Amino acid sequence: MSWLGLPAAIRKAVILTILLVIWEAVTRLGDVSPLLFPSASIVLAAFGRSLVNGELPGYAAQSLQVLLAGMAIGSVLALVLTTLAVTTRVGAELLETLTSMFNPLPAIALMPLALLWFGLGVKSLIFVIVHSVLWPMSLNTYTGFVTVPRTLMSVGQNFGLTGWRFVAGILLPAAFPYILSGVKIGWAFAWRTIIAAEMVFGVSGSQGGIGWFIYQNRFEMNTDLVFAGLLTVILIGLLVENLFFRWLERKTVLRWGMSAAR
Amino acid sequence: MSSLLSVRDVTISYPTESGLFTAVEGVSFSIGEGEKFVILGPSGCGKSTLLKAVGGFIAPSRGVIELEGRPVSRPGPDRVVVFQEFDQLLPWRTVMGNVVYPLRVARRMAEGSAREAATRHLDMVGLTKFAATYPHQLSGGMKQRVAIARSLALDPKMLLMDEPFASLDALTRRKMQDDLLMIWQATRKTILFVTHSIEEAVVLGDRVLILSAGPGRVRRILDNPAAGHRETEAVMKIQRDVQEILGR
Repeated sequence: MSWLGLPAAIRKAVILTILLVIWEAVTRLGDVSPLLFPSASIVLAAFGRSLVNGELPGYAAQSLQVLLAGMAIGSVLALVLTTLAVTTRVGAELLETLTSMFNPLPAIALMPLALLWFGLGVKSLIFVIVHSVLWPMSLNTYTGFVTVPRTLMSVGQNFGLTGWRFVAGILLPAAFPYILSGVKIGWAFAWRTIIAAEMVFGVSGSQGGIGWFIYQNRFEMNTDLVFAGLLTVILIGLLVENLFFRWLERKTVLRWGMSAAR
Repeated sequence: MSSLLSVRDVTISYPTESGLFTAVEGVSFSIGEGEKFVILGPSGCGKSTLLKAVGGFIAPSRGVIELEGRPVSRPGPDRVVVFQEFDQLLPWRTVMGNVVYPLRVARRMAEGSAREAATRHLDMVGLTKFAATYPHQLSGGMKQRVAIARSLALDPKMLLMDEPFASLDALTRRKMQDDLLMIWQATRKTILFVTHSIEEAVVLGDRVLILSAGPGRVRRILDNPAAGHRETEAVMKIQRDVQEILGR
């Protein structure tokens, strides 16, 4: 059977295995210090250990909890901003100005300010997460609302829908592909931001989270656990992006034949 | 035939970048209960604007539009529009869902009776088998059928059809016209139909209002004894008459 004749999942598994074997071989044969670059087997063992003793899942849960809180606040703010933007001219210009100003600003650059304003703690983390998700989510949701086909709006009016029932019955589902892609981008930003932000906390060592776990273990030269932490960050990212969001898309926009044209 | 809809001296103009644009001017007509009334005119003559005003989507600048003696002020489920665009179905609902949903929100029907009414009307347009399908999997003609079923299920006082077959291929279009005639035979629903096709106007309309372009004014309102027929001597004659009025 040819390479391309194999199912995609198997092809990827084969590539992954080869990479693992090369990693293992190089670190063993090349006499690399495990303190600098532990072998694949050592890393996997460390990963398994801290999975079983609950250390990694605990830290991961902590990170996710803060991230979700930040995303929830960010979503509410995004909804307020977009509502303003669709209903008033000033609101639209405000949103445009704010997003073009803050979108290019990496959330992590706000960390010193966050520490100054909110001190060391969850509040600072949530602040930077909100910043990282608010702009992409607002921008996408806004685009979704303004691109709802004229005909669909007329159909909703024809059914006698007004106010909130019009928003819930027509606007939100019609804009859903854009809202979903906003949430996806928001998640990707937030997940990268929180890991980085937790490392800033790692310096002063007050709060947990997976980023802190990585930083702390580097400090103690547990390089295998550093790798295990990185592996966890990758795995959670993959799970959410490739499993959860794919599943959600199959259940919604793909089934409906709707997609955000961007 | 008692008058269901009455349009009196209606002028519709709206501001554009190059000044005030008058789409239709001084248009009057009335439609009787159970009548198929066609507005025919070249593109840009304001016929769709007129239909939208009857639908309550646009307010006339002058004149009145009354349904059963009450002025039309906003869109509502008593005058349901079938649009030309295929995207008038809600893509996130199945064919069944598209018919059931307005019955639930506009007619406040219980789920059970809404589904029953929806099934009956989907059967009328021959789409029972596609009840669980999502709109993006349907052809253009099928989408328009769903839109017609959805409108009829709402049991409106009038069906407003805004060139609903204009984006279909000739064969499908003809089939849809025949089916609409059959549906009308069964329901006797009052229909206001807008088109730019003379053939379509003569097949469907009991009366045909001919609109001139720029701004749209009533040229003539023709009685059409040939409605429901194709390619007979009477049809040809009316078509010639219409052509002549339009060409003048």
